[in-house]
Amino acid sequence: MTETSSQPVPQKAKTNLFQQLELDMRLLGMIGAFIILCIGFNIFTDGRFLTPRNLFNLSIQTVSVAIMACGMVFIIVMRHIDLSVGALLATTSAVMAMTQTELLPNVLGIGLNHPATWAITLVVGLVVGTLIGAFHGWMVGYLTIPAFIVTLGGFLVWRNVAWYMTDGQTIGPLDSTFLMFGGTNGTLGTTVSLLVGLAATAIAIWALWSGRRSKAAHGFPVKPMWAETTLAAIIGIAIMGYVFIVNSYAIPTRRLERMFEAQGETMPEGLVVGYGIPISVLILILVAVTLTVVARKTRFGRYIFATGGNPDAAELSGINTRMMTVKIFALMGFLCALSAVVASARLANHSNDIGTLDELRVIAAAVIGGTALSGGIGTIYGAILGALIMQALQSGMAMVGVDAPFQNIVVGSVLVLAVYIDIVYRKRLGAK
Amino acid sequence: MMQAQETQKRTSGRGSGQPPLVEMRDISISFGGIKAVDHVSVDLYPGEVVGLLGHNGAGKSTLIKVLSGAYQMDHGEILIDGNKVEINNPRDARANNIETIYQTLALADNLDASSNLFLGREMVTPFGLVNDAAMEAECRKIMAQLNPNFQKFNDPVSALSGGQRQSVAIARAVYFNARILIMDEPTAALGPHETQMVADLIQQLKAQGIGIFLIDHDVHAVMELCDRASVMKNGQLVGTVDIPDVTDDDLLSMIILGKKPGEKTE
Repeated sequence: MTETSSQPVPQKAKTNLFQQLELDMRLLGMIGAFIILCIGFNIFTDGRFLTPRNLFNLSIQTVSVAIMACGMVFIIVMRHIDLSVGALLATTSAVMAMTQTELLPNVLGIGLNHPATWAITLVVGLVVGTLIGAFHGWMVGYLTIPAFIVTLGGFLVWRNVAWYMTDGQTIGPLDSTFLMFGGTNGTLGTTVSLLVGLAATAIAIWALWSGRRSKAAHGFPVKPMWAETTLAAIIGIAIMGYVFIVNSYAIPTRRLERMFEAQGETMPEGLVVGYGIPISVLILILVAVTLTVVARKTRFGRYIFATGGNPDAAELSGINTRMMTVKIFALMGFLCALSAVVASARLANHSNDIGTLDELRVIAAAVIGGTALSGGIGTIYGAILGALIMQALQSGMAMVGVDAPFQNIVVGSVLVLAVYIDIVYRKRLGAK
Repeated sequence: MMQAQETQKRTSGRGSGQPPLVEMRDISISFGGIKAVDHVSVDLYPGEVVGLLGHNGAGKSTLIKVLSGAYQMDHGEILIDGNKVEINNPRDARANNIETIYQTLALADNLDASSNLFLGREMVTPFGLVNDAAMEAECRKIMAQLNPNFQKFNDPVSALSGGQRQSVAIARAVYFNARILIMDEPTAALGPHETQMVADLIQQLKAQGIGIFLIDHDVHAVMELCDRASVMKNGQLVGTVDIPDVTDDDLLSMIILGKKPGEKTE
């Protein structure tokens, strides 16, 4: 017991190309499936699928479900479920619609399009969402009612609370700044998008490099330099590729003319302006990056996964799993409210059926993305890819002209098939 | 990592006039009207191994879970170094340098060895983020001492063998300066070689002045490893005996019949 030297770290021979890159095979599989899907639809739609316009729309349609799917990963990893996210989205959307159209004008005398309206609305919505989520979490964690029941109840309660708040009416128009969170009405423009893309690439490369440095500092094996460079290049190309696509989707000339007229100017002849990155997509990326850091690099995230892997072990290690439950449901509520901002701003009004069936889409996205319902396993990027694959399937089939009922049959089958493939993959890997 | 206390032999710190390391006095705990532990008192001195014996359901695991903070007692008190302490949860137990190796190992299967080793006590960077590289380095150091063959540092512990998992569980108890170690059937899932490894480890820890409660079914293991044994039956303490003074059969009759060997008084 006196020897304190570290063990020698053996260098395993990694012959496989993918092994050397140390890429997650499941991630590669999903990206592969997404690419095949896109190319397939592109062929069947005579090249209408892979256009800047459609890819731009695909990304803004995915955001709302993808944001909630990020939170659902944590919920499912902790062996819970949330069936109320669509209803919670409706309630927070109703709260925000009423705040900006009724509450603020009548109580504070601040009308629509006042500079403070959107900010107050946003804060109110996010606080209400977080509180409702925390309340769910308290019932699950402290009253020990199963999450399935709590959120099944919440599913009925909150959708109809939303109905009463608005008397069942569609609420609109909404604040013009608020609408910027929806997608087409709020983009960064080509120059800023380019800068954001470059900054994101730089941050990604820095993250790779600092990870490598920290491993090397302790003498752990690191990837060969070429693998690291390849990975950095792939990430850079993906980010800049997306920026290039959304930058080359030009704002329609009519719309551009109106924008100039609103400023009291006339549009120069033949001007072409690209949209750039939608603000909603930027929000999704920020949520995804933040939650990935939370999952991998914070105690909170570590405890979520530990609790999912073995709740008793977590408890015996002194982790307050009840409080953890409250926190993850509060986070889920916050993300529902954030999705409500994006969804209602995209539709430019609050309607009764907003977020209907979103709970199923969100759970499906998380599960397709590799989150195991048995708990302990799941990734944020997987859930987002899952949401993207589902949205691509749905939009693609709509473009091809598949009947709506048959679309649902396909989506349902894909969900089951994806989970089956995941199970087979895990068995082969020998893990869990 | 270890307290530098003088090496103690079988008699350990007992009889030197100092208070016991742990004294559990008159502990009772009931579940739904059933007295799982009924006014039981046990103690433990530094550098001593005390075996807790009894049938399934005799109450030995329940008693020890009071000490590790997993259960709260209904009645009784716990003294450490002669001072009364409150242990209401596993965090309190850890704060009193009590570490437990559970029968079920209590590992999160989906996490790797170092994450399990530091679970609940992660090393963090100045920014408050968990420092995986530093934890893995510490994990490699302690595993080099406990189980030099251990190599799977980046796999989830579900991919490890029973013995490897046991070394992770033991490493967790040993790493954080335990003074009081509770082992709940530490060799239940192990092969002969690994069982010997645990036996050697117990001798090492003893020599460092750590007090160990060893819960076991196996009378032979207790005879070999322990200095004293406390036997429980139906929630009550049958008695505590010095191992050198008793035979296997004496212990067995205590476990089965609940009778103390006639000449022994403690």
